[in-house]
Amino acid sequence: MTTQRVYIFKRFERFWHWTQAALIIFMMLTGFEVHGTYTLLGWAKAAQLHTNAAWALVALWVFAIFWHFTTGEWKQYIPTMEKVDVMVKYYVTGIFTDAPHPFRTTPLIKHNPLQRLAYLFVKLLINPLIWISGFAYLFYRDLGAIGLGGLPLAPIALVHTAAAFLMLIFFIAHIYLATAGHTPTAHIKAMIIGYEDVEDHGAAPAGKSAG
Amino acid sequence: MNLPPGTTWLKVAVTIMLATAFTAMPAAGASKSTADHSKFKELQQNFQSGPEVTKACLSCHTEAAKQVQKTKHWTWEYLNPENKQRLGKKNVINNFCIAVPSNYAACTACHIGYGWKDDKFDFTVETNVDCLACHDTTGSYLKLAGMAGHVPYKDMEYPPGSGSFVKATDLKKVAQKVGKTSRDTCGACHFNGGGGNAVKHGDLDTSLEAPDKELDVHMDSLGLNFTCATCHKTGGHDVAGSRYAPTAVDRKGAQVRGSEDRKNPATCQSCHGQAPHTKTAKLNDHTSKLACQTCHVPSFARGGIATKMSWDWSTAGKMGPDGKPMTVKDDKKHVIYDSKKGDFVLAENVTPEYIWFNGSVQYTLRGDPVEKSDQPTRINRFEGSPHDGKSVIWPVKVFRGQQPYDTVSKSLVILHTTGNDDASYWKHFNWEKAIAAGMASVGDTFSGKYDFVKTEMTWPITHMVAPKDKAVGCVECHKAGGRLEKIEGVYIPGRSRDHLGLLDTAGWSLAALTLFGVVVHGSLRIATRKKKD
Repeated sequence: MTTQRVYIFKRFERFWHWTQAALIIFMMLTGFEVHGTYTLLGWAKAAQLHTNAAWALVALWVFAIFWHFTTGEWKQYIPTMEKVDVMVKYYVTGIFTDAPHPFRTTPLIKHNPLQRLAYLFVKLLINPLIWISGFAYLFYRDLGAIGLGGLPLAPIALVHTAAAFLMLIFFIAHIYLATAGHTPTAHIKAMIIGYEDVEDHGAAPAGKSAG
Repeated sequence: MNLPPGTTWLKVAVTIMLATAFTAMPAAGASKSTADHSKFKELQQNFQSGPEVTKACLSCHTEAAKQVQKTKHWTWEYLNPENKQRLGKKNVINNFCIAVPSNYAACTACHIGYGWKDDKFDFTVETNVDCLACHDTTGSYLKLAGMAGHVPYKDMEYPPGSGSFVKATDLKKVAQKVGKTSRDTCGACHFNGGGGNAVKHGDLDTSLEAPDKELDVHMDSLGLNFTCATCHKTGGHDVAGSRYAPTAVDRKGAQVRGSEDRKNPATCQSCHGQAPHTKTAKLNDHTSKLACQTCHVPSFARGGIATKMSWDWSTAGKMGPDGKPMTVKDDKKHVIYDSKKGDFVLAENVTPEYIWFNGSVQYTLRGDPVEKSDQPTRINRFEGSPHDGKSVIWPVKVFRGQQPYDTVSKSLVILHTTGNDDASYWKHFNWEKAIAAGMASVGDTFSGKYDFVKTEMTWPITHMVAPKDKAVGCVECHKAGGRLEKIEGVYIPGRSRDHLGLLDTAGWSLAALTLFGVVVHGSLRIATRKKKD
């Protein structure tokens, strides 16, 4: 069995990932303080910094979206059900019996089919929920301009909180699954230095080729 | 330059700078008037009485008395156009000294007139108008209780039988030095409402005569130095702003010269507009639900003088060990019991209560039914709701007490307290006689049976505006159990009672479950790896 060093995550991608991670962690911390769950920075500061972080994330996303479309990387998130069962089976049994990881990372297919589904779920459900409710929260007194003048703050806050919980749950699972690569640190290392040492044991790339 | 030893040049520089600063600053109330009243021949006389001065004033200011006579300051009467209630000091019953009728000579020390000693007062006589009460600039014009609005015209013992003496008022001097109204002249009555300094309003007391910036950012005597009339802009002697018909909500922009006059130029918005927060724009989002005062008047009675918070008439009449009326003071020297009046609670730096308020006030007047119960009778009900589209959240002082009512007619009663006659409560402590005299003074009857009923009176808090860094902080409301805990109809981020309990429970449970799942999964991985090794 040989290992192969593969360049998976480009410099911008890594920058985007970690900046986004920091912002999201910070926004969860400040967000739940604004919600009233605990006192950490003080409400006023938490609310102000939560808003500032949101704008920073908006800026980051403008670049990320541009990058995804100009590089074609958006295709990494096209969902597939193919081999999802294999991945599930690996997480349920194979991982405990030292079975080979069923997915081999390549620069063209960075995410295993479960990751694709999970990230798509984040991008198509959690993020829109957060952004739409978040902007409504921020500009709720101006909602009249788009014909939603009568909308009270309570349902807006409710959706925003619900989305925050979804993000928190994703966050917990995501951190753990980051350790569930070929080796516990393989994914994390790849996200830091860009390269992943891929075991060449003949496992076929899962999912449709993105290229 | 001879300097004391140890004086540094820095000290000298600072001293010079300060001296320059103070010289450059215009003296408080510096007049830009084109008239020096001391040069007017009409005022070169030794006036014998207030009305004589008024006559001289009116010889030039021909319309002044007519204007004054149209105002509440003169009539002590106000007809609420909305609900047709007849209000004004002459008609309302409060839970302080209770009512004006039958006590005119005492109460009308704060009337801008001369001679209102009983219900025969002639409101049409122009020389009965007291110009000096508002336009004195000397501080020596003192209307004393019991003199029906007159000032001492000769040296006299006051209070009668007390052995203390007051000097005759120098009417000539006062008349020659008339000027604009000031915090002192307005305050002479409005700081002393309810029978003493700071008693009534809570946000108006003599600490505002020369306040610092901390106490009131606008009236700051070394800063903006507003007088009352700077906001309560007066035209034709009609003073803007009313407690009977308050402007609870003002949705207009800042008033520009030449723009349409607003009903009430005393609102914050009439200068500050609708979006005054430039640095933290999010604060402007609050103005649809909050009165400015809710954040900018963090507490009342902030000037070091305690205000009365409650007054229990039911305990009045207890005599001291010597059988004479007594007073009891607390360790801060506040009178907390007075045989004439009952028990008091006083407080300083009071956090207001908060209510939805739309500007409508409904009074419980004499004749309106009251019922003895644990639920207090509301002397004046501030109306409003989160849903009527015209209310905002206001800070208020709620003054609580117990006061007499007629148990047969079920009406609040007028109490004859002052004077030397045999019905005066403060002289003879006989409830039946005092109530009967009070009611008779307005042609009403008293069944002879009385008891005490709990009452509440609401006072809007609007003065004593703190500098912005001392305004109420976000977290004072954005938390569980904050200032607005009881306010319905708004979602306040951070106030846990607004949370949808199910969502929080489900959210945290699922997150915990996820965490549990990954911990178990991870542990199993570690366990199985060890076995292999």
